[in-house]
Amino acid sequence: MRHFEVIFIVDPVLSGDEIKSTAKTYQEILTNEGASIVNVDEMGLKPLAYSINKRSTGVYYCVEFAAETGAFIAKLELALKRDERIMRFLTVRLDKFAVKYNEDKRSGKIGKRIPKDPPSKKLPLDYNSYQPFSNSAPKAAAAEPAVSAPKDVVSESPVND
Amino acid sequence: MATQDEIKFLSNPNIGQKQQKYCRFTKFGLKHVDYKDPDFLIQFINQQGKLLPRRLTGNSLKFQRRVASAVKRARHLAILPFVSDLMK
Repeated sequence: MRHFEVIFIVDPVLSGDEIKSTAKTYQEILTNEGASIVNVDEMGLKPLAYSINKRSTGVYYCVEFAAETGAFIAKLELALKRDERIMRFLTVRLDKFAVKYNEDKRSGKIGKRIPKDPPSKKLPLDYNSYQPFSNSAPKAAAAEPAVSAPKDVVSESPVND
Repeated sequence: MATQDEIKFLSNPNIGQKQQKYCRFTKFGLKHVDYKDPDFLIQFINQQGKLLPRRLTGNSLKFQRRVASAVKRARHLAILPFVSDLMK
């Protein structure tokens, strides 16, 4: 069994039903040719990286299928090429790693890439004993009534002046 | 004030050192390059949307070929642009 994947972009100007029926016609072509459809991924309306046929968005469909031979793919591609509702298409043969990757992606083992955000190393580990600056030290001492240090500070300050 | 014993280097010794490059596919055991994932492929192209060379990405030859074909497939499907300005 060989695994293949066909991905095509449908014109977004069509109505929702028309888009779905377009995608369905190609699935029917595949099943009529004896291929077994593994998965149909409706990737939905996506912005294009550059405009195609003066459209800036497109509806992406990805159909994964398995077949004994790839002889009918030329027929499928000809049908896709002649269709005016299809903006772009690509058929790819999948190797065993790609099949495994797609399976894992469907079962949710492969998630979205998390952007790198390293934790800042500047903060100390012990947050309780952390005092940001030496200026706040007298305030902390004043908060504690038992310490007689504030009085000393007051008496000292005129001497310094 | 640091004492004389604590001062070992006049300048930071790590400044001139080169970081060892590695192939992220062989290192992390990735065996497939997905052409439908632009967030992943964007690591291998520059701001103009051009493919970065192996000497910068550190990829092994096998995976550099696969990255290149994946980027080209993504460009055909308008997932990645052929040319752009300030892409990243």
